[in-house]
Amino acid sequence: MIREGYINAIVLFGFLLIPICALIIEEPYTITLATRAAVLALAAVGLNIALGIGGLVSLGHAVFFGLGGYAMGILAFHAQNYIPVELGPLTINGTKSMPIIWLTAVLVSAFAALIIGLLSLRTTGVYFIMITLAFGQMFFFFSISWSAYGGEDGLSIYVRNVFPGVNTLVPIQFFGLCFTALCVALFVQSRLRASIFGLVLNSARQTPVRAETVGLNPMRLKLLAFVISGAITGLAGALFADLNRFVSPTMFSWQLSGELIVLIIIGGVGRLAGPVIGSALFVTLEHFLGEFTDFWHIWLGLILLLIVLFARGGIIGILTGKDGPHV
Amino acid sequence: MSAILVIEQILNGLQFGIMLFLMAAGLTLIFGVMGLINLAHGSLYMVGAFAAASVAGATGSFLLALVAAFTVAAFAGAIVEIVVIRRLYRAAHLDQVLATFALILIFSEGTRWVFGSFPLFLDVPSYLSGPVTLPGGIEYPLYRLTLIGVGLLVALGLWWLTARTRIGIQIRAGENDREMIAALGVDISKLYTLVFALGAALAGLAGALVGAIQSVQVGMGEPVLILAFVVIVIGGIGSIKGALIGAILVGLTDTLGGIFLPEFLKLFMESGAATQTGSALASMAVYILMSVVLIWRPTGLFGARP
Amino acid sequence: MSEPVLATRNLCKTFNALVATDDVSIDLKPGEIHAIIGPNGAGKSTLIGQICGGIKPDAGSVHLGDSDVTNFSTAERAQAGLGRTFQISALAMEDTVLENVLLGVVGRSAKPWRFWSPALKARDLIESSMAALERVGLAEVCDQVTANLSHGQRRQLEVAVALALTPKAFVMDEPMAGLGAEGSHSMTDFLSELRHEAPILLVEHDMDAVFALADRISVLVYGRIIASGSVDEIKASKKVREAYLGEET
Repeated sequence: MIREGYINAIVLFGFLLIPICALIIEEPYTITLATRAAVLALAAVGLNIALGIGGLVSLGHAVFFGLGGYAMGILAFHAQNYIPVELGPLTINGTKSMPIIWLTAVLVSAFAALIIGLLSLRTTGVYFIMITLAFGQMFFFFSISWSAYGGEDGLSIYVRNVFPGVNTLVPIQFFGLCFTALCVALFVQSRLRASIFGLVLNSARQTPVRAETVGLNPMRLKLLAFVISGAITGLAGALFADLNRFVSPTMFSWQLSGELIVLIIIGGVGRLAGPVIGSALFVTLEHFLGEFTDFWHIWLGLILLLIVLFARGGIIGILTGKDGPHV
Repeated sequence: MSAILVIEQILNGLQFGIMLFLMAAGLTLIFGVMGLINLAHGSLYMVGAFAAASVAGATGSFLLALVAAFTVAAFAGAIVEIVVIRRLYRAAHLDQVLATFALILIFSEGTRWVFGSFPLFLDVPSYLSGPVTLPGGIEYPLYRLTLIGVGLLVALGLWWLTARTRIGIQIRAGENDREMIAALGVDISKLYTLVFALGAALAGLAGALVGAIQSVQVGMGEPVLILAFVVIVIGGIGSIKGALIGAILVGLTDTLGGIFLPEFLKLFMESGAATQTGSALASMAVYILMSVVLIWRPTGLFGARP
Repeated sequence: MSEPVLATRNLCKTFNALVATDDVSIDLKPGEIHAIIGPNGAGKSTLIGQICGGIKPDAGSVHLGDSDVTNFSTAERAQAGLGRTFQISALAMEDTVLENVLLGVVGRSAKPWRFWSPALKARDLIESSMAALERVGLAEVCDQVTANLSHGQRRQLEVAVALALTPKAFVMDEPMAGLGAEGSHSMTDFLSELRHEAPILLVEHDMDAVFALADRISVLVYGRIIASGSVDEIKASKKVREAYLGEET
């Protein structure tokens, strides 16, 4: 059996190697696929903090993904039209600058996660799953009927946004940016998991009663985890929108929330590299099976079913021979 | 706005709610008895609709189509229960969500494989088409009125089944204490398969009935599934009475919200903005309703208090 | 006479028509072990729930030290100095023994908001945790995953987590449950010493342990305290014999 630390290193190294090889053999589409995998992994890393450490089965994380996406879409839309956003007395100019867009995406998603978390964490179990799903649907339908920003058709951005010192139009450079964001998020998660907060949160997931009887408030711990989680998924949403130069209500769809959970489960819930492996495999399957058959979702469904029924720890669980945390 | 329009919309909301009830009753029964969240319930709805459309296409009989929808969905439900679901009863909610999410993928893509991506059509039979005149001179489609009637009959039947029959007593006992009824010699795994098949059959029936007023296509189950979940969460998971009341609440909120919210907002805003905001709010209305109910009562209107 | 550390005043609780707690006033003085005994269904769990939080009494109050904690949450009561152990171990089974005790130490410090530095390098916290583990005799297994511990070790860990809080008073729900003769013995010796640090409200079915440990015993039947006194007084009490032991003779 392999130590989890080695697996993490191999996974990240492999993730970096594929687009570099693709660059050498001039396969730019593979770089785009790798970028897609990196961004989805980032979104799932966010969810993994709430799900894997905090035990919060959120079926509404698409809310944050979508908010990140629309933060990018709206700011860039106003920048490309040269029309400022009028918010009552406030006038905000659009921007094409990624750092500003990212910050906005993170702040907006964190704020949304705070509100949704405050309301949803009053419930537990199935009710929590369902109320997060309901919030997802609210945003989904709202974005469909909000015609100022494209409604059902979504918003197209003509040119990818800019980042100081990076030519984001070059696929490998944009990949580098996304991959760096992923690595930073993974680093943050590993520090968080090992910290006192992570320890306490992880215990509160397993035995909330105990956390209370030693004087801790599990609800506050979980709320904070939910906010951090939402913020990271929101950042991923902004990157995803920039990758496609397009945002639409599908970023808010419940299927997307479901897929994010799927990515984590395939890789290994609560495991650092779980979302990364899961997302790499998902994008690979989507691409190759998608080429080979129109019905690749059947195979995805079967794989998922087998993992849920027979390999609880996901791929990392199989490789390390150790079951992951139980959620 | 005329009174006739209002009554018509109330009837539409009622009809929609009653169809949601057919879905929600199965979901809530399955959750109440087996403790299982079944996302694939929408797939059984779709299976019923496709079975009905195929049989109606081959035989031309709407009644046969409904029987086919009921039996094929029950059969599919039983198979799914035996092959997959029964491994999940003791699993965590997350595993149940994922495994049944996987079933959705398999069902949807499998159906697309067999029937293609184009929608099928199921026609309302001639003896049920056309309007009837209700007291007060309101003209209303006979078929929709029939749906309301069928749904209420099913509700009555379910009540009779759970309250008055031997199997219903076993089902209710199973909700309270699995070990106890197993000890009493009831074959619990057979009972579970039966309950699951019954829920599936009701979903299939709903799919066929609604399939006649909408098109029959892959993916038709999921929007209904999510609303059915909203229904049972509002009503309190496990409660059939809650499902009925929740379903009617959701049906009315959804239908009436779309009509009245924009009108209502016009009292405060200029017309264009009111229509825009009103329809946006209306599309979110049932979810807002659900959140409010859960925040007020974290286990739904008729759910068991922890 | 010294002031009680923990006290309830006229606690009442009914569930629907069932009276679970009927005008219960008990107290716990410094240095003593006060045992609550009673037949199954006497309302012991409901009483503990009201003392530790989680169940809200219909009437009456709970006091810890000088403060009225009736309206405190479970967490706030722990902060105020109440240490509790559970009848069925409520431990984080996936975590190591040390991590479980750390939870108690962090709870006492009320500072779970440290996000960056690794918990296992926080020297002060580790030292307090190890000290608690030493005392219950689990120091050697501190790196083991809790799920791999024996039942007896889990009971000890349960106590260590409460110890880590350095509470003003303990409430222990059947600490002897499931322990063999030898385990009961060493737990009895341990609790006997512990009472001098902080008094213990002990709910226990093991009568040998209760008679060996208790300074005072209160007998709870149908939610009501029917007798209270020293071990000998309780043994001699006719009322107790009728209501409690009477069923067996």
